[in-house]
Amino acid sequence: MNCTDFLAKLTDYFDGQMDPDLLADVKAHIGSCHHCEVVVDTTRKTIEVYRGSRMYECPEELAARMRAAVMKRCFETGKLPDIEIKTQKPAAR
Amino acid sequence: MAAQPSSIVDEPLEPADGVSTAEIPAEIHPDVALVERAKAGDSTAFEILIKQYERQIFRTALHITQNREDAEDITQDVFFKAFQKLEQFQGNSKFSTWLVRIAVNESLMRLRKRKTAKTVSMDQDVETDDGSIPRDFAEWRPNPEQNFSQSELAEILNKTIAGLPPGFRTVFTLRDIENMSTEETAEALGLSVPAVKSRLLRARLQLRERLSRYFRKGTDGARDAMRQITRQ
Repeated sequence: MNCTDFLAKLTDYFDGQMDPDLLADVKAHIGSCHHCEVVVDTTRKTIEVYRGSRMYECPEELAARMRAAVMKRCFETGKLPDIEIKTQKPAAR
Repeated sequence: MAAQPSSIVDEPLEPADGVSTAEIPAEIHPDVALVERAKAGDSTAFEILIKQYERQIFRTALHITQNREDAEDITQDVFFKAFQKLEQFQGNSKFSTWLVRIAVNESLMRLRKRKTAKTVSMDQDVETDDGSIPRDFAEWRPNPEQNFSQSELAEILNKTIAGLPPGFRTVFTLRDIENMSTEETAEALGLSVPAVKSRLLRARLQLRERLSRYFRKGTDGARDAMRQITRQ
């Protein structure tokens, strides 16, 4: 296996989707090629750092506001029968 | 030309090896019952579905559009559109995958409207070899992210991922940040599995190459790079 062949298999290698023979070839290449070993280590770290960064978290206050706005629009369509229950005013006597 | 996600009907997947999907016993996802209740007019069921997926949809929209206000609008539009089209959801895909598909469509549409984005489809910037061949073979420091404050790291990660074409950014977001499977990502984006794998490889390698300037061994280089980013 050369470096080009190895790169073509990199996604399957990270995803653990590889038959044992091919996996052995890939591991042998990583063990013998320092450049590819660095690519594997730093690509794995790239994925980990993004996964662990909790980027773009949505605060509960924002989530609640968006949810309320969606539910309001849904009720306004009249497709949710309980809109009558939620919005009905007590009948005047 | 690869297909763009256009329909929000969750069509059945093509059988991979000639076996009819009808012959495969499928486990029923709990969302299916909630969807059925929502279809019957149960607002509580629909609100539960929103709660389950609102954060994922918000993050996905924000990753694609890189704009918080757009992501808020898109999140609301996605759930409202899903509510209006609930009858079209037949349970052939996960409800979450169906929602992500709508979110990707809405987000790309928003980028097109903004017009300032250079590329606005899943298909652009994917034929080039740029970034698909590693050029930087420097080793990184152990736990390189610990050399930066939380806000510095957030800025580095933001700027780095924002530099990817939307098609690559979206695939990386769904697969590596949202942890969707390759098959779910393909379904959500209207792409083939090989296309997702190819874009994921390129996205990962491009991000790796760009992060290397901050994370490689030798603190001076990383600090210089950080100073450059703060001046931009």
